[in-house]
Amino acid sequence: MDVRSQISMVFHLDKCIGCHTCSIACKNIWTDRKGTEYMWWNNVETKPGTGYPTKWEDQEKYRGGWELKGGKLSLKSTGRARIVPNIFHNPSLPSMDDYYEPWTYKYEDLFNAPEGPDQPTALPISMVTGKYMDVEAGPNWDDDLGGSPVYAENDPNLDGLTPEQRQQLFAIERLVFFYFPRICNHCLNPACVASCPSGALYKRGEDGIVLLDQKRCRAWRSCVAACPYKKTYFNWYTGKSEKCILCYPRLETGQAPACFHSCVGRIRYLGVLLYDAEMIETVGKTDDANLIDAHRSMILDPFNPKIIEAARKNGIHDSTIQAAQMSPVYKFVKVWKIALPPHIEFRTLPMLFYVPALSPVMASRTEDGILNSSEDLFHDVESSRVPLAYLAKLFGAGHDGKVRYALRKQKAVRMYRRMLTVGDVDRETVDRMLREADTTAEEAEMIYRLTSLCTFEDRFVIPPAHREEAIEMMKDPYEHKSSVGFGFLSAPKRGL
Amino acid sequence: MSSFFAYLDMLLFAVLPYLAMVIFLVLTIQRYRSQTFTYSSLSSQFLENQFHFWGMVPFHYGIITVLGGHVVAFLIPRRILAWNSVPLRLYVLEVSALIFGILTIVGLLNLIARRLTDAKAKTVTSTGDWVLLVMLAVQVFSGIYIAIFHGWGSSWFAAAATPYLRSLLTLRPDIAFIAAMPWMVKLHIVNAWIVIGLFPFTRLVHILVVPNPYLWRKPQLVRWNWDRKIIRQS
Repeated sequence: MDVRSQISMVFHLDKCIGCHTCSIACKNIWTDRKGTEYMWWNNVETKPGTGYPTKWEDQEKYRGGWELKGGKLSLKSTGRARIVPNIFHNPSLPSMDDYYEPWTYKYEDLFNAPEGPDQPTALPISMVTGKYMDVEAGPNWDDDLGGSPVYAENDPNLDGLTPEQRQQLFAIERLVFFYFPRICNHCLNPACVASCPSGALYKRGEDGIVLLDQKRCRAWRSCVAACPYKKTYFNWYTGKSEKCILCYPRLETGQAPACFHSCVGRIRYLGVLLYDAEMIETVGKTDDANLIDAHRSMILDPFNPKIIEAARKNGIHDSTIQAAQMSPVYKFVKVWKIALPPHIEFRTLPMLFYVPALSPVMASRTEDGILNSSEDLFHDVESSRVPLAYLAKLFGAGHDGKVRYALRKQKAVRMYRRMLTVGDVDRETVDRMLREADTTAEEAEMIYRLTSLCTFEDRFVIPPAHREEAIEMMKDPYEHKSSVGFGFLSAPKRGL
Repeated sequence: MSSFFAYLDMLLFAVLPYLAMVIFLVLTIQRYRSQTFTYSSLSSQFLENQFHFWGMVPFHYGIITVLGGHVVAFLIPRRILAWNSVPLRLYVLEVSALIFGILTIVGLLNLIARRLTDAKAKTVTSTGDWVLLVMLAVQVFSGIYIAIFHGWGSSWFAAAATPYLRSLLTLRPDIAFIAAMPWMVKLHIVNAWIVIGLFPFTRLVHILVVPNPYLWRKPQLVRWNWDRKIIRQS
């Protein structure tokens, strides 16, 4: 057993209001520079929708992630053998057009325009070329189902739906959607790391954050093609790739990452998971149907004395083990089993989990008027307006069992709370529902508390980074007495 | 007048090479040490992804093969001469070298056209890039001219250019082999030294950081801030 610690995340989709505050917080801190204008390390997508970059989930198009061929895991884009002939021109690299060309407006025209019969207008200008451009797409062009006949219908997750279900999903007045905020998943089997010819990408041993060493990046662009979530980006100006760093400078000082901290709906949870790194390969090779179970089985119980012992032996600090015991992510993922990894069939073993959103009851129109398909106050999850098949594509590798389990449990929690606060549901029904959802009143109460009444400290359990100890253990602190800062720093300037 | 040319030959073929090699050695190392960040292939494929293929692929496949040919002739001239002693083998070598030369120039012209016409690719093209593109074009064109009009280059390179290059490396420059060459060959050589001298000032440095360990390393990389061994002992 090789116990490692991973800072993991849960996004509770039922609470996401799609305000994009996370995206703005991130952009203002990290990607407000030349060459990064088009990057959104954090972005919020409307589902059903095509997302950013357009249709990123379609790996026939982007060839990201791993594929299982003859019992061996290999990168879909350019692994080992294929990188040599393809290094000059990466056949799987998306271009800026797949994202969007960033633009601003020529605002001075509003002030400098001569007097005339028309209102002055500020024309859009490209932030790449500086020339006038026609804006054709943006990072969030299909927000709230805007233009859904053009965009949302191309969502790759709709493949598993019957024509009837599709029609219901997009019928006017029955439209339904939910938000899908995305950051780097800081995977356990990251395709970006495995694809980098220079070895510039790596996983931090202490907390599992996936980082990109810009001094070693040589712009071979493999990571951009290999990441199935399209969360590594190419800075066209500096000629280096960049990605979400999970705000590690904030984490190391005990603060939550900016997107977590600023989240208005408080949908984001962050905490440590202990996992067995020896299992990465076997789990990655599991078949689709058992992938979620296998992924969960790597996550270790931080209360088990044997595991604590193994973790200590592996250099994991007691404070980190303590944080793992208090981790909200552990509860959502392993204890309650209501948080699921996104598109685990890409086999990168993402460590960001989503609590799938409950959706309204599906009604059907007959000649007598509108009929609800269920008599229950909270309908059966089978007849959710967002079809289970759709959610299964997103969060279940095409299998709906785990998604149904998560939705049922959430529904039982709601019924349980409804009984306590409104009182129009009887105890018997609630007990039956709790039983059916494989939960208890105590667990329902805990889920309710962590979902609705969670404080900062409940949501973000950040282990101390102990960087100071790390340096002291390796080097004599007096060695650094006369030095300033963290060594030689140079500006991220484009090469000649 | 002839003494002037002798002097010029001396300057171009015995002084310039050392100048170029010293600049190359000192400044590439210096740049790597002080400005590691600037070591990048500075790819623009992300900005323009269609035409890119028709430039990059023929150019790189062409130039790597042709350069490889030069290196082989430098390293094992006798074997090359032995190989060329059978006419058919000589023809095969010459024609394939020419084909790869033409591949290179087709790719290079596409790259130049791409950077001239595509607005996005243009914005990331520096003056240094243009100087380099022109120098490379001169180099490849002169190479193809030589291949066509001063035939059997694979033989006379091994017989004349290799001794010249070796004399440079042994610090006893002997330019007699080169002084008698046609002017196009001289241009090819001088331009080559200039490109080597410009190397540390251009994006050519990406050649030095070609990632060979990738083929052997483990797929996943982990870096530790803590020294795990020390922690285990403590």
